[in-house]
Amino acid sequence: MSLLNATQVEGGYGGMNILKGVDMAIDKEDIGVIVGPNGAGKSTMLKAIFGLVQVNGGDIQLRGQSIANLAPNKLVELGMGFIPQEKNIFPSMSVEENLEMGAYIKPHTTKRMLEKIYSFFPPLLEKRKQPAGELSGGQRQMVAMGRALMTEPTLLLLDEPTAGLSPLYMQEIFDRIVEINKAGVGVLMVEQNAKQALEIATQGFVLASGQNLYTDSGHNLLNNPEVAKSFLGG
Amino acid sequence: MNELVFFINKVLISGAVSGSIYAIGAVGVTLVFSIMRFAHFAHADQMTFGALIVFFLTALFPGSGAALGIPTPLLMLPLAMAVTALLAIGIDKTFYKPLREHGVKPIVIVIASLGVTLMLQGLIRLFSGTSSRSMYIEETKAIFRLDLPFDLAARPLVITEPQITLIVFTLLAVIGLHLFLNRTRTGKAMRAMSDNVDLARVSGIDTNKVVMVTWVLAGSLAAAAGTFLSMDVSLSPDLSFFLLLPIFAAAIVGGVGHPYGAIAGGYLVGYAETLSVFNWTILLRPLNNWFPEWVELPRNLSLVGTEYKIVVPFFILVAVLIWRPTGIFKGKVI
Amino acid sequence: MLAKMIEKFPQGLPVRETLVAGLILVSILLVFLTQGNAYSIRMLVEASCYAIIALGLTIQWGYGGQFNAGVMGFVALGGFCAMLFSVPVNPDFWGSDLPGRLGRTFLWGLAGIALVVAVSRIDRLGVPKKWRNLLTIILALLVWMIFRSLFDPLADAIESEAGFVGGLGLPAWIGWLMGGLLAGMVGYFIGHICLGLRSDYLAIATLGIAEIVKAFLKNADWLTRGTATVSPLPWPTPGPGELGFILARSIYLAITAIMIVAIFYLLQKAYNAPWGRMIRAIRDNEISAQAMGKDINKRRLEVFVFGCVLIGIGGGALTTFNGIFDAQGFLPLNHTFLVLVMVILGGPGNNLGTILGALLVYIIWVMSEPLALLVMQLVVDLGSNWFAWEAPDNLSSRALQARVFVIGLLIVLVLRYAPKGLMPEKTQQVN
Repeated sequence: MSLLNATQVEGGYGGMNILKGVDMAIDKEDIGVIVGPNGAGKSTMLKAIFGLVQVNGGDIQLRGQSIANLAPNKLVELGMGFIPQEKNIFPSMSVEENLEMGAYIKPHTTKRMLEKIYSFFPPLLEKRKQPAGELSGGQRQMVAMGRALMTEPTLLLLDEPTAGLSPLYMQEIFDRIVEINKAGVGVLMVEQNAKQALEIATQGFVLASGQNLYTDSGHNLLNNPEVAKSFLGG
Repeated sequence: MNELVFFINKVLISGAVSGSIYAIGAVGVTLVFSIMRFAHFAHADQMTFGALIVFFLTALFPGSGAALGIPTPLLMLPLAMAVTALLAIGIDKTFYKPLREHGVKPIVIVIASLGVTLMLQGLIRLFSGTSSRSMYIEETKAIFRLDLPFDLAARPLVITEPQITLIVFTLLAVIGLHLFLNRTRTGKAMRAMSDNVDLARVSGIDTNKVVMVTWVLAGSLAAAAGTFLSMDVSLSPDLSFFLLLPIFAAAIVGGVGHPYGAIAGGYLVGYAETLSVFNWTILLRPLNNWFPEWVELPRNLSLVGTEYKIVVPFFILVAVLIWRPTGIFKGKVI
Repeated sequence: MLAKMIEKFPQGLPVRETLVAGLILVSILLVFLTQGNAYSIRMLVEASCYAIIALGLTIQWGYGGQFNAGVMGFVALGGFCAMLFSVPVNPDFWGSDLPGRLGRTFLWGLAGIALVVAVSRIDRLGVPKKWRNLLTIILALLVWMIFRSLFDPLADAIESEAGFVGGLGLPAWIGWLMGGLLAGMVGYFIGHICLGLRSDYLAIATLGIAEIVKAFLKNADWLTRGTATVSPLPWPTPGPGELGFILARSIYLAITAIMIVAIFYLLQKAYNAPWGRMIRAIRDNEISAQAMGKDINKRRLEVFVFGCVLIGIGGGALTTFNGIFDAQGFLPLNHTFLVLVMVILGGPGNNLGTILGALLVYIIWVMSEPLALLVMQLVVDLGSNWFAWEAPDNLSSRALQARVFVIGLLIVLVLRYAPKGLMPEKTQQVN
């Protein structure tokens, strides 16, 4: 049984369907990457999985249990984590407080998890008392990811984690994602930097106009001349 | 020296009293602003409501505070705070929540809160009439007159017991609020929601619970502020009327959404009022001998007359909106 | 003319409006039957003035999406101008040296303001901003204090020698128009400050300005006689003294009715004109409107000022009709929230709906007073019969407070269940 199984998902904002029947399956060992042109519905699909966008058709199952249209905080309890693209930290709160909020539903694990996150993202330990809004882009992204990891999710959703980051931080983030996945967390992310993302992807999903175009391993997609031509800049 | 004492009484002490009331009121308003993102006009009437509950309880059990050595209204205050908190939650559930869920523009909820204000006012006046009453039933208000040592002045410093209690309460409330917002899980969740509602939801925070806690805080603080004001002056249904503008001015000056800003704003507005209506001629009189003959001190050298006191918070409000709409502490202009 | 009006409603007469109009006609009839002609006509005139005020609020709220919580203040300004311009000239005032002194003092005041403004610009001469700010503030305070020291004794003198400044003895309708102008100016001032800020701020600011206006009018005895009030206010038409209540009031009613029709016609034209469409576009979708390059803040301000002008005119007409200028008579309940109910019940943005809403609500409001007293009497009787309950003496005045509750409840209910009002705005459906 897959960890996440989305079948023929239709949905969108305010009654309009941006997604017109999307399929996606992710296992615990997978790093899934969703790529495609602007407006393809990549972020929408991610948000639909996390209950932030209305699902009007099809089904989404987590470990066999239907989760379509469940409230986000329910999904956090079920072991999912979500990192939005923008506004993904609490800017006026300190780094440590941001992380604490991540563990909100399991407050007794906070201390232990803080240690884990700090060892995973060492720069955060140094800055833990600083307001998160004052950190640089890359460090903020670490805070955002750390927050989502505080509940030890089994499935982590990331919306364009490297958007606006320098190439150095970009590589760092991708490395971390691989490490997280190795630690037993399923990953599904939307990425604009398709080339670099597909390099670490075990499952690549190319979406266009709200539907699947290609589904294959990242490696194969990178070597697929059609895909390379359309989305990867040759 | 007499004049200085007069100044202290009329400006420093009086300003501290008004400032504390405005501060407590503004904190409630700013908390609601930051969590629920709208200007809650019915806050002032919740203050009157709270005071009214205290009054009724005091009337039912007059003199019961004597057993503990405190004024009876003070004894009844915690209960009134709880009742007002429940009222606040009830109002939200009945009137604001359905509108929120309907997805209306925030200004519509503001208008709804004005409707709620009218309902509260109507009920209050229906049940308690339009006259003002004293909260001290079968008791007297303790007034402390402190004479300056060495007969420095002929007049004493005057401060009343409710005024002292108010200032102490405000201090405790500030400390308590600080501890709550920074050391407790729910308090931090409140700050998180204030920063970023969507992310708070995504992190698993129970937003409904935080909303409820916000109303509990706002309601109880409102009840306390209203009660202290009524104890200081008298209980009148028009109480809320004169508080609305200064409280909102204080919240905006301090930066909407910043509790500490609201407190600072409250004292700013309070002192601005007392400083503006004070007749500065009184302080200059003893120095009269030092002025040349042709300088005649005007009879009244106050910034505004006492009947125009309301202009002061409004002026502060306009000034802030023109120069720095985000307020001192850079709140959210939302 | 009728054909032209029908042309405006291509789908045939609007159903809801007709129903409500019918309801109103029936209620008017009832009032006439139960309360007599003089009373009923008075009610109708007041209702029509309120309709004008409501039209002002409906374009602010319905077209522009801006909430004016201080309608009372603009009504008061309108009433003030009506009084100032129409009340007969006060010979005690003009015959003395007071006008000269008043004029001079105002000139000093203007000079002071000019000085402060000039000092506030010295940063262009190279003076650092901090110094500039400090100097400006100190100078402003100084100028203000000096002005006050000049003005206060003058105000006292006016009050003791002449009573108050008196009026200008002009026809009342000039006062109304000037009232609109003054209201518009104050509206511009407030609107400009709140430009670009969230609507909550406009609500607070308008609430505040209403209080300030009222406080000023109440305390400036030299200008308004303060709590002593000014009456009678001359009508633009022959008054009841000359023609008897019914005829005089009917003529007044004719005038206000004509005003309503004229304003309605104007608004309908504006609504369908490019200006009106743009305003609504901004209200409905600010971001797209902005993307289209419209200066939304400027348009919003225009709408707001226009609304204030109408409110001022209506306020003038209302005050003149009541024949007395009493600053304390302006109450938030009667002059802000009542109008609000009229607008949201009638349908924000629907001009005809607002007019009908105003009529309906006002009739209900006026009738609610005797009704409330009746109900209270019933309750008292029942109570004393069943429980030997002794009612407190001021129960009758308390009974009127029930109206406050009902108005509040109405506002909340309409917002929740009929946010577009009973007669929603007609939007052209584009297929």
